[in-house]
Amino acid sequence: MNSKKIVKLTDSLNDNLFQFAKFDRRLAKKSGYSNYSYWGSTFRVFSKNKVAVFFLFILVILLTFTIIQPYLPNQMSPIEIAIDPDTNMQFVNHPPGKEFLFGTNSIGQDLWSRIWSGTRTSLLIGILVGVWEAIIGIIIGSLWGYIRSLDRIITEIYNVFNNIPTTIIMVLLTYIMKPSIGTLIFAMCITGWIGMARFIRNQIIIIRDREYNLASKTLGTSITKIILKNLLPYLVSVIMLRMALAIPAAIGSEVFLTYIGLGLPINIPSLGNLINEGRGVMMNSTLRYQLIFPSIILSIITISFYIIGNVFADAADPKNHI
Amino acid sequence: MIRYTLKRLVQSLMTLVIVITIVFLLMRLMPEDGYFGDSYEKLDEVQKEAILEDMGLRDPIHIQLLNFYKQTLKGDLGKSIIYRPKVDISTILKSKIPYSLNFGLAAMFISLGIGIPLGIMMALNKGCFLDKIGTVYIVLINAIPSAIYYLFIQIYLTGSFNLPILFSVDRPLSFILPTISMSLGGIASYAMWMRRYMVDKINKDYVKLARAKGMKNRKVMISHVLRNAFVPMSQYLPSAILFTIAGSIYIESLYSIPGMGGLLVDAIQRQDNTLVQALVLIYSSIGIFGLFIGDISMALLDPRITLSKKAGGK
Repeated sequence: MNSKKIVKLTDSLNDNLFQFAKFDRRLAKKSGYSNYSYWGSTFRVFSKNKVAVFFLFILVILLTFTIIQPYLPNQMSPIEIAIDPDTNMQFVNHPPGKEFLFGTNSIGQDLWSRIWSGTRTSLLIGILVGVWEAIIGIIIGSLWGYIRSLDRIITEIYNVFNNIPTTIIMVLLTYIMKPSIGTLIFAMCITGWIGMARFIRNQIIIIRDREYNLASKTLGTSITKIILKNLLPYLVSVIMLRMALAIPAAIGSEVFLTYIGLGLPINIPSLGNLINEGRGVMMNSTLRYQLIFPSIILSIITISFYIIGNVFADAADPKNHI
Repeated sequence: MIRYTLKRLVQSLMTLVIVITIVFLLMRLMPEDGYFGDSYEKLDEVQKEAILEDMGLRDPIHIQLLNFYKQTLKGDLGKSIIYRPKVDISTILKSKIPYSLNFGLAAMFISLGIGIPLGIMMALNKGCFLDKIGTVYIVLINAIPSAIYYLFIQIYLTGSFNLPILFSVDRPLSFILPTISMSLGGIASYAMWMRRYMVDKINKDYVKLARAKGMKNRKVMISHVLRNAFVPMSQYLPSAILFTIAGSIYIESLYSIPGMGGLLVDAIQRQDNTLVQALVLIYSSIGIFGLFIGDISMALLDPRITLSKKAGGK
């Protein structure tokens, strides 16, 4: 029926048809296409929460300052005792002012530099504990959930750990070992992974036998790859939340252990040590600043981590996207 | 049900044995200074050895362990060495527990009494002023380490309301601040839990059905949502009640209340090995026992959980 004769193929072709179409959001939406990207949406949902963005901003400034503070000019060493050149006496309990921004403590050390040095110590403990919790929790949790033969053994181990109050384990270990940063981290880590591992195990058991995993398995994907590619991406939001909350919890535990006399030795400034020193003089209203300044810095850090962690977990949950 | 209880009991006992063993082994790693008391400085090596031998600490480790089991089973926790020399630990505990129990139960009562209604109100008026205030409160209490707000309460509230700073038995006013401080955390966690639970359930099908039937909102909340909310709580409450015995470490040492929490701190600071060992044992047994009761009561309360299908048929 086709009566028109095509002499040359190229004659009938319209060059316009072979050009790339420009991306149009509205048209794209009409056809059901979405340029959805997981991290992009997570970021968009997160940035909608003004409070969380505010705290993120504060936390970033605080962290940057904590890191660069010792390299700034005119900073005193946190363990150096300031001596008054006129009287040759120590600057004991010097109130906050021009010379000592946050004042000095009862033996004449500069509270300003002690607070930043303490923040570094406490954050180091917090972050290491958080990372450890994530790594061990994920490894044990996924083995526990995915490999059936291990289920029994790990459940029994879990029962033993879960039955003893965490505080008691922490107190016992720090009591036995020498006080140091390593001891504190070790004592917090030994029970830290439990909650995470249990959660990951429960989630993995739920999604382990879904069809797509079955398909993956029949195609011969290795266990490691199934866990890493199929199962863990589901759990990003929870893992991030637990990590973010582990940091303020570890900082709180450090304060607690210092309080009951099992914390770091006094020559290492940490927020716990500073608060403990401040507690000693807190009933004297002119010296109270020694408790208030470290408390404020510590509270800002823990509140920021807590809020950012919670909001980020919400944002990272695909159910809340779009 | 009986079968499940027995199985769970055996499991708890096994855990207890493991815990006792671990505590015992860890305690052998401790510096031996903690066994001599005040006379430590005056003793020479021979005398120290004699004391350790007398206490049975030079026996082979498995015999020590067996003796330790026997003692613990008899309920003999040993004698304090430094804290109150030569006094039975159980005697010390008897004088301490009532204080902790009083404060703990009072604080728990307040936390439940305020926290649960607060959570319910927040869930019912989601997004309104009360919800926002409550959320801020929960975030602050959860994020800030409790030591800090305990200290600030002690500094500022004692001053402004003229309340006593330290606890004494014959002054009822001195009960107020410790109890309030102790309940702050509980209020926050009960309110948070209750709010999340209610918000979660409001969109469930059975609640929608009840509404569709024409039930009043209030009644749906009370007889459908709340009733279910107490099932998971029944698992947690026994531990919470039992742990009131342990006392609050912070509060008791801040207000110098002569209770159990302060005792642990004292024992640690004075390095009284046997006392620390006994306290750790007690706390862990409370933990194990609390979880056991919690699991059993949850199984009893929740008709949907059938734990041993075979036994249920008989």
